[in-house]
Amino acid sequence: MNFIPLILALGIAPFMVGLINRVKAIFGGRQGQPLLQPYYDIWKLLHKGAVYSRTTSWVFRAGPIVTLAGVLVATALMPLGSCPSLISFSGDLILFAYLLALGRFFTVAAALDTGSPFEGMGASREVFFSTLAEPALLLGLAAVAKKAIGTPLISLTEIHQHVTPELWAGSGLILVFVAIAFLLVYLAENSRIPVDDPNTHLELTMIHEVMVLDHSGPDFAFILYGAALKLWVLGALIVGMVVPNTGYMVIDLATSLVGMFVLAVLVGVIESVMGRLRLLRVSQLLVGATALSVLALVLEYRG
Amino acid sequence: MTAFAEIILVFVLLTNFTLLASARLSTCIRQVAAQGVVLGLLPLLVGPEGPGARLFLVAAVMLVVKGIVFPKLLFRSLRNANVVHESTPIVGHTASIVLGIGILIVSFWFTSRFPLPAGQQPVSTLVLPVALATLLSGFLLIVIRRLALMQVVGYLVLENDIFVFGVGLAHEEPLLIEMGILLDVFVAVLVMGIAMFHISRTFDHIDVDQLSQLRD
Repeated sequence: MNFIPLILALGIAPFMVGLINRVKAIFGGRQGQPLLQPYYDIWKLLHKGAVYSRTTSWVFRAGPIVTLAGVLVATALMPLGSCPSLISFSGDLILFAYLLALGRFFTVAAALDTGSPFEGMGASREVFFSTLAEPALLLGLAAVAKKAIGTPLISLTEIHQHVTPELWAGSGLILVFVAIAFLLVYLAENSRIPVDDPNTHLELTMIHEVMVLDHSGPDFAFILYGAALKLWVLGALIVGMVVPNTGYMVIDLATSLVGMFVLAVLVGVIESVMGRLRLLRVSQLLVGATALSVLALVLEYRG
Repeated sequence: MTAFAEIILVFVLLTNFTLLASARLSTCIRQVAAQGVVLGLLPLLVGPEGPGARLFLVAAVMLVVKGIVFPKLLFRSLRNANVVHESTPIVGHTASIVLGIGILIVSFWFTSRFPLPAGQQPVSTLVLPVALATLLSGFLLIVIRRLALMQVVGYLVLENDIFVFGVGLAHEEPLLIEMGILLDVFVAVLVMGIAMFHISRTFDHIDVDQLSQLRD
């Protein structure tokens, strides 16, 4: 049973991107791309050849592969509903956070390897914002883990399985804070709108998009698929905190899937009604997310 | 009832953070007003004999004074001073949130070993840490902002803190003391508003940093 979350993630992740795009199109009064457009894009790119600049080294080629590999292993750690994840052990939430960080490190290294000043700028912003997002993620996970079981060092599967209606009734406030903090981290990590605009191709304002400008063909397909998986896996983290589990696996899987789609629609709505924040305000947003996580943690530890 | 009281106390903590974070002065005025009004509901929830006419009176007066009169006074001086943002605070807005996190941790740690008089049980275990965190946030706002208006806001946060402490520990404050404190604060805000008006008219700004030199 424990391979179901991984299969679902591998299959449905690009659909989430399509769903977000469709919501944005509806808000903009357009018909929008087909919902399956991300799959077509990835398929098309996989059949193209890659072009490598002569100034780049193996770091540039390793970037997309290592990033995708890191996200794939992180996906294998992520449960859905009360269905356990493929790999699960005590403390895997720290591995989860650092697998994503490893992927980010290689994306940044590949961007720096091109020697393009624009990509260097995007890389520096990416590293800056992820530095601020990481404490919010880890402290929030620690707060929920402490609430659910009583020790911060447990597995993601156990955390998700302990988010029950009773936990919500007992300490909904902590879960709400952590969920809001995670939503901010989610928007920042996936380069979504209050932090970064996934549609803009104006180098001066971009963060994630600018780092992958020089990748082409299958490499770019890996990057797109990795980004979709990251969108899915961090989304599953939020949904796991928010959607209470009943204990029946089928019902939990169904409610979690609905939760994922609701999250995608929510992200689409946020992108449609908000503008991108100034870069200086983004750090404030992420430190605010950390403050919410710390608040959840101290509310949990108060004696 | 305690659950609702805790939600109010956590709301106070959140408004402390938004006050530290926001550069826009009108947002700060609204935040501190919201903090005061929501706190006015606290005695209704924790009073020993349940909500009575007297407690409703206190809540209503708090609503009028902190929710309507203070914001009106402050918005008036904001218009006179002709400023929208605090653009160059002494400590930046992101750094102030980090300080706020530090304050939060220190207050929870410190009050966990705070000796209380025997037989005095606070309404909720959150009362003491929230009171200490609000106190420190109010002082911090006064110290790290340059504009005179933000210092009035910090003063109002301090007043809200006294209210948390009093109601949380004594379950209810005598009506006379509560009204006395409100009158004091009202006069103080009024006087500070007049002072700000004179400062902005004489110097064309309300930056207190530039008031350090004495001249004829």
